[in-house]
Amino acid sequence: MASLIGSFALVFGLCLSIFIIFFSIKNFKDNNILDKKVVSLTFLQFFFVLISFFGLIISFVNSDFSNETVFNHSHTTIPIFYKISGAWGNHEGSLLLWLLVLTLFLFLFISTSKKQAKQYRILTLLFQQIIIIGFFIFLIKTSNPFNYIFPVPNEGLGLNPILQDPALAIHPPILYLGYVGSSIIFSSALSAASLSYISKGWAKHIKQWVLISWIFLTLGILLGSIWAYYELGWGGFWFWDPVENVSLMPWLALTTLLHCILVLEKRLALTSWVVILSIATFALSMCGTFLVRSGILNSIHTFANDPERGLFILIFLFILIFLSIAVFFFFHKNENQNIKNLFWLSKETSILVNNWFMMYFLSVVLIGTIYPIFLEVFSSEKISVGPPFYHSLIIPFLIPFLIAMAFAPRLKWIKSKIEDKIQMIIFFVISFFISLLIVKNFDIDFLLNTILITSAFYLFFITLKDFFSKRIGNLAQNLAHFGFSLLILSILFNNIFSKEVITNLKIGETFISEDFKINFENVDKKNEKNFKAIIGKFNIENIDGNIEVLNPELRIYNQPNIITSEADIKTNLLTDKFITMNVVQNQDYFNVRYQVKPFMIWIWISVILISFGGLISILKKKYEN
Amino acid sequence: MKTKISFLLLFTFFLIVFLTFYLGLQKSNIYKPSLKIEKDIPIYKVRTLESSNRINSEEVFKDNRFYLLNIWASWCLPCRDEHEFLIDLSKQKNFEIIGLNYKDNINNAKKFLKELDSPYKLVFLDKDGTVAIEWGAYGVPENFLIYNKKIIKKIIGPIDQVSFLEIKKIIQ
Repeated sequence: MASLIGSFALVFGLCLSIFIIFFSIKNFKDNNILDKKVVSLTFLQFFFVLISFFGLIISFVNSDFSNETVFNHSHTTIPIFYKISGAWGNHEGSLLLWLLVLTLFLFLFISTSKKQAKQYRILTLLFQQIIIIGFFIFLIKTSNPFNYIFPVPNEGLGLNPILQDPALAIHPPILYLGYVGSSIIFSSALSAASLSYISKGWAKHIKQWVLISWIFLTLGILLGSIWAYYELGWGGFWFWDPVENVSLMPWLALTTLLHCILVLEKRLALTSWVVILSIATFALSMCGTFLVRSGILNSIHTFANDPERGLFILIFLFILIFLSIAVFFFFHKNENQNIKNLFWLSKETSILVNNWFMMYFLSVVLIGTIYPIFLEVFSSEKISVGPPFYHSLIIPFLIPFLIAMAFAPRLKWIKSKIEDKIQMIIFFVISFFISLLIVKNFDIDFLLNTILITSAFYLFFITLKDFFSKRIGNLAQNLAHFGFSLLILSILFNNIFSKEVITNLKIGETFISEDFKINFENVDKKNEKNFKAIIGKFNIENIDGNIEVLNPELRIYNQPNIITSEADIKTNLLTDKFITMNVVQNQDYFNVRYQVKPFMIWIWISVILISFGGLISILKKKYEN
Repeated sequence: MKTKISFLLLFTFFLIVFLTFYLGLQKSNIYKPSLKIEKDIPIYKVRTLESSNRINSEEVFKDNRFYLLNIWASWCLPCRDEHEFLIDLSKQKNFEIIGLNYKDNINNAKKFLKELDSPYKLVFLDKDGTVAIEWGAYGVPENFLIYNKKIIKKIIGPIDQVSFLEIKKIIQ
């Protein structure tokens, strides 16, 4: 029943698009005010998609296996929380969620942009409707979440156990708010470009949307990363997997856009940058959807290997790209030429420098991600691009980037000179000596690491100092930059100081190394509703005699029948202790992996700080208004 | 003018990207180890079902011609299933099927061929299974496609519709 309602609601939602387009085109030329009908219809469309979404959730909660999606991704024994999150833990449901956010954001945009010109609002609405219609058709035609199966099966196939996890349950909605938020920026930029509406006021208005998408995208990536850290069981948090890359690319574009918007808001320069980046952010999000959903790449997120789906998104993506290129070239007029008389030492120039750095990082990630596809098509050769590629291309450029990040915010608009030169140099020297002390005790690539840590420390100290300085102009920016320095430092220390032991242990055995002893005391069994667990008890004795007990688990899920290994992690401010165990077939010992990972929690904290910077910026705007 | 050129350039660029992605979609992304065997066929001398003389295997497989070496036995049930495919294949031009009768009783083998008709140009006898080992076979039935005295394809298990069409495609 719920499925039936959901299914009809989808079709109604699609039909509403026609009315919305009809009334908005009629409204575009005539009155001076926006037709109330358009606003209500937009709300109605959102409402229908919401009904459809609830229909799917209700089908999942009731375990209605006559619905194909429910049958494929749920089971009666799964806890209710994962039944609900299972609704978007699959291809069809996640697209419905995507559509929900699209219509929600459009409604929010229309109802909050009252101060903007009518024509601009309507054109944005029209561009957004193109995207919405595309997704409606995609959903109904190739990935309908409400397909009916008969005879009705008694039991579902179950939800993949690695998706039965709180972080992953909220990861898709948060990430989609970021991805889809960029669709509003895209439509709005195209609309503003074609109407020559780009102004300081427009920048101010669109900045809110950029910030919102950026915060959600940052948090969404963070959640995915945390999940990978404790669920995939080998203690890393970023694998340069294509799926991670496709979320990083829009993030890089969006971050650059965020900086450009600042210039546009203050100086009405870099307009073309803003338009191109707005297009690029959304195109990259869509491109990510294509790469992930079409099965062209092998990855953990490839739910669906259906070429028809891939073809649809591919064609849709390129229609949008060609449309935006056409708009950019034939409607967008780059009137202001202030850009030519930029003074070399000014905020504008520094942001331009930042842009080029970001574009470089973006291209590295883009090439690393899609080059294998190109190579395979042209030469049938299969390669995979791994961390060494990204590290060797990105790390050296991180050094000037970090240093620029430290002093660029201190520059003034238009024309500036470096102040507090002596202070800046002192900070640099201090950073250098600290890094030297840290690096010299370790057998690592000396020169590169020293310089890298120096530059990260430099940014760290400068931004830290600015929190206490009287002329703190921009708390949001300073917090975000401080968070970034902390992120780089934590990642570096995490890499340098990590210790790892992989060994096979029988119950009762002890592994002894220089720094710690691992004693495998016993195993315990536990029965849960949808899985059986084997819990190991490990006593870790540190060099100082402290004993900690860690309990990694092996979970044998009943539906589908999959064994997962749950890490046990003891976190404190300085270091994470991470242990996983795995069964070895036909043997009475377990494979044990123990890692000491310093500053792990600071990686998460620093990303939260970065997004907090964005939040403060939004709140400040609200407060000023 | 300048706009138009850059527009066209960008347009072409994205068109190429589109086409590449499109082609990429058509390709299977299931990674399997490439089975480029191209191994020389083993050389041995054995009796055949047709005559009691020993025949040198090198004389059987000639250049510029496709051969299918089919390992079979009368006691092997899947061999019966693939037999109709073999009969069909034996009608192909420039193509011959050579049998390798594996650990079998000669009379049973003859009866088997009489009952189901013989697709073979010639049948090697491999009473103790050593020849099959030389070929690197895992068991019965198994098929080796041979061209220019080289194994170009190996089919483990009975021939089915898919491998049947594949063989047909290769030899044509």
